[in-house]
Amino acid sequence: MAESKVRKKPVGKMLLMGVISVALYALLLSKQDVINGYIGQGGMYAFLPIATAFIFSFVHGSFTGDFWTVMGIEAAKKKKEVK
Amino acid sequence: MHDIANAAANFINLDTANIIYLFLVGFVGGLVSGFIGSGGAFVLTPAMMSMGVPGLVAVASNMCHKFPKALIGALKRAKYGQVDVKLGIVLGISAEAGVLYGAHIQEGIKKSFGEAGSNLYVSTAFVIILAIVGGFVLLDAWKTYKSGNSNAEEKVTKLAKWVQSINIPGTMVYFKSINAKVSVLFTIPLGFATGMLAATIAVGGFVGVPSMIYVLGAPSLMASATELVIAFVMGLGGSFKYALSGLVDIRLAMIILAGSLFGIQLGAIGTTYVKPFMIKVVMGSIMVTVLFSRALMVPVYMSQLGLITEIAADTTKMLKSVSYGIMIFALAMGAFIVLKAMWQGRREQRLAAQEALGHSKV
Repeated sequence: MAESKVRKKPVGKMLLMGVISVALYALLLSKQDVINGYIGQGGMYAFLPIATAFIFSFVHGSFTGDFWTVMGIEAAKKKKEVK
Repeated sequence: MHDIANAAANFINLDTANIIYLFLVGFVGGLVSGFIGSGGAFVLTPAMMSMGVPGLVAVASNMCHKFPKALIGALKRAKYGQVDVKLGIVLGISAEAGVLYGAHIQEGIKKSFGEAGSNLYVSTAFVIILAIVGGFVLLDAWKTYKSGNSNAEEKVTKLAKWVQSINIPGTMVYFKSINAKVSVLFTIPLGFATGMLAATIAVGGFVGVPSMIYVLGAPSLMASATELVIAFVMGLGGSFKYALSGLVDIRLAMIILAGSLFGIQLGAIGTTYVKPFMIKVVMGSIMVTVLFSRALMVPVYMSQLGLITEIAADTTKMLKSVSYGIMIFALAMGAFIVLKAMWQGRREQRLAAQEALGHSKV
């Protein structure tokens, strides 16, 4: 059966990362005045936006990657030869 | 407290329509950059400014979405074996120096010739560079298409062969994408030029990717994937520099990132379905279209500087709208070509699989 070869789709992981991602965005937008207040000062607070960007990219990036896999959109089976 | 009040003036009120718009432009920009290694910034920065975001905050926030996006894109394409991390880092560091120098030149021009002078410089650079490089890339893609050899391995240019043949002891580094040793005395100016262009017109990849292909001899797929590493290195350094002055609006950056991470994953997947010359088709088409957008604005800035007779306010407004419209069209067109190529690739693969299944049943 061809079906047995199909890898299991990461639905659980996608949902978990999706929920964390939504929570992060809700937090960012609900506390935007406080967060921007700190970030707007610059100086040592410069680490804040950089760290935020890394955290969001990890969580949301993992979610979006799994999202397309769950939707059935994956890389070509026979990879292009790129030397 | 005074600082906080000042900083707050930099950050606009976000409404739902703005959030949705940034998310969508982020998605389309991400899709294109996942495929060609860069793009999106030329629409995102003016889009933010049209919402009332100050220019520098728009540039800073765009940069702060660019590096995490490029990171995810680079990781994804590394899985497909398309990334040359060493080349990306070597070019990225010299690009960082180019960004600093480019920004310095910009400041000097602004001081001497004002806002209009700076805009004229940016637009002229845009038109000249995009006309030469974009025209060349598109012509090359067209030649490949016409030759009927679009499946064949890409030819290394004469220039790249010459660059690879030069041996300067103590400066030679092996790069896997080129599969040869190249002197860093060649890569440093290329990275520097990429950075300078990024500081001037916000899209360094328009020089970075073609130079990796035509000057160094890297295959298109690897060049566009490696550009993501350059964008990460450059974007991280640039974001930190702007963040030190408190100019990053993290809300804008993260909303754009929300859309662009959906897009970049899809664009990266798309590269596994298409023929390599499609990278050149998408990149060249966008470059040549954006060129017209900037060219329309050149007379406006020239009139503001008093170099030509004054242009009526209504005409200026119309030119600005048309110019912005062309930029959105350029990005949408790029996304359309990517999606169409990917759709065709998936269809061909499905048909081939069905055919194989049919054969095995016989």
